Amino acid sequence: MRNLVILGGGTAGTITANKLRKKLPKSEWTVTVVDRDDAHRYQPGYLFLPFGMYQPDDVTKSRREYISDDIPLVYGDIDRVDPEAQTVTLMDGAVLPYDQLVIATGVTPRPDQTPGMDDEGSWYTDVFDFYTYEGATRLAEKLRTWQGGKLVVQVVEMPIKCPVAPLEFSFLAEAFFTERGLRDKVDITYVTPLSSAFTKPICSERFGHLLEDRGITLEPDFMIERVDTDSKALVSFDEREIPYDLLVTIPLNMGADYIARSGLGNELNLVPVDKHTLLSKKYDTIFALGDANDIPASKAGSVAHFEIEVFVENFLQHIAGRAMTGAFDGHANCFIETGYGKAMLIDFNYDVEPLPGRFPVAGVGPMSLLKETRLNHMGKLAFRWAYWNVLMPGRPMPISAEMSMAGKHMPADKVPVS
Amino acid sequence: MPVTTIDGHEIHVDDEGFMTVYDEWDETVGKSLAAAIGVEMTDEHWGPIRFLRQDFKSESVTPTLRRVSTVGGFDTKKLFELFPKKPAKKMAYIAGLPKPHGCV
Ligand SMILES: Cc1cc2nc3c(=O)[nH]c(=O)nc-3n(C[C@H](O)[C@H](O)[C@H](O)COP(=O)(O)OP(=O)(O)OC[C@H]3O[C@@H](n4cnc5c(N)ncnc54)[C@H](O)[C@@H]3O)c2cc1C
Repeated sequence: MRNLVILGGGTAGTITANKLRKKLPKSEWTVTVVDRDDAHRYQPGYLFLPFGMYQPDDVTKSRREYISDDIPLVYGDIDRVDPEAQTVTLMDGAVLPYDQLVIATGVTPRPDQTPGMDDEGSWYTDVFDFYTYEGATRLAEKLRTWQGGKLVVQVVEMPIKCPVAPLEFSFLAEAFFTERGLRDKVDITYVTPLSSAFTKPICSERFGHLLEDRGITLEPDFMIERVDTDSKALVSFDEREIPYDLLVTIPLNMGADYIARSGLGNELNLVPVDKHTLLSKKYDTIFALGDANDIPASKAGSVAHFEIEVFVENFLQHIAGRAMTGAFDGHANCFIETGYGKAMLIDFNYDVEPLPGRFPVAGVGPMSLLKETRLNHMGKLAFRWAYWNVLMPGRPMPISAEMSMAGKHMPADKVPVS
Repeated sequence: MPVTTIDGHEIHVDDEGFMTVYDEWDETVGKSLAAAIGVEMTDEHWGPIRFLRQDFKSESVTPTLRRVSTVGGFDTKKLFELFPKKPAKKMAYIAGLPKPHGCV
């Protein structure tokens, strides 16, 4: 009997377990998932919690319910992986041997990595994150009674999961305060370490305009050194200061500490892997899927989903001792809430930046890329249902893992001159 | 890819002037590239530049500022003094490496 152990039962771990269990003969393989608790959170919902658009119950389900019954789920905190002995040790001392290991423990916001950020008296009083369940629900309480002032939305450093979420938060906040008649009392600034609103040029331009239209100030190239909680200001390494009354930060996102303890990670505890096969660069018994790896793609549930489609077939070849023939192309696909009941949609990969057009069917849509529409917003809301009922059980989604150029067009001024 | 001449060396660069061929670089080229963006190289400047070169060789990607500080052991504040405003970009330019990607 051979063991496949999957670390993490979030988005990537759950899909992988359910899909592989169906493909691996029960007489030859056991599949085990390890996670610290039973609360599977729908993280995209964290964006809506602060504004009262979702309630806490909308984002939590039992992990056990979504992992097929024939897959043991072990609860515990992971202490370390010994890649030579091929074992995983949990904090309680339990040891799980493996033949193949999938690391899918994601990334976590780490306010402790920026001096001052999580100081007592400030953290969850006037400094909040919305990337955790606790942060998003505490921020909801704060916003219910906040009477206005300087709202600063800030990204510490890339990469972060869902790189559009901080922009979406800013747009939703603008709409939220407008709808409550408080907009003239709130001054919103978007602070980023990037040189513009987003990483990809065409997108960046559109988001930049949208921020401008909504009266949101953009502060680019801001590398934070510390939060000065006495004067309530962000201080950058080049000594710029941005005062805040309410700071909503996206702290540094890091992989789990056990990855560092096991000598498997880079400086952010992300596991270096081949960007097409997701196999560890060091060990041919370890793959890292979802946010936990270091591939140059977005850290997003959609990326986890597309990459697993390619991974499953590769994995079967790999354990049969054959070369892996599938290659993940970096495909990502995200809805971007812009407030007032509208959203945009982007679809891109390693080589092609988000372009305008129609999706998923060329010329027909029904979704529009890089354009604000009500239908895109409906799509974003409907996604929660699809997440639990189609994606997690590992059922096929009507979107191809490989990005398609059909329906996309280059803006005229961007067409490469031949 | 455009080709340009720096101090008598022919080098390949991208549209933004970042070098694209690792082996076309040496420290004289680095010095001229630094001068082109107003940086005068001292011993202190060469430390991180040599780290970038070496790290790129093993990792095949331009290291981030965090990596230069945590793995290379250079103080971030100091890097901002040595390569003002955009140290990650300026260091990559001087070290003859691809522009650091925005990390999606
Ligand atoms: C605010 C917000 C909005 C988002 N919006 C979108 C969106 O619109 N679209 C989209 O595609 N993506 C979105 N995402 C990103 C998406 O949620 C993540 O990319 C996705 O969850 C990654 O899946 P994962 O399995 O890699 O990690 P996760 O789903 O985070 O799962 C990791 C699991 O590992 C477990 N774990 C970690 N460390 C340990 C340990 N030491 N011991 C035991 N267990 C451990 C955790 O408990 C967790 O269950 C959003 C994220 C946030 C925060």
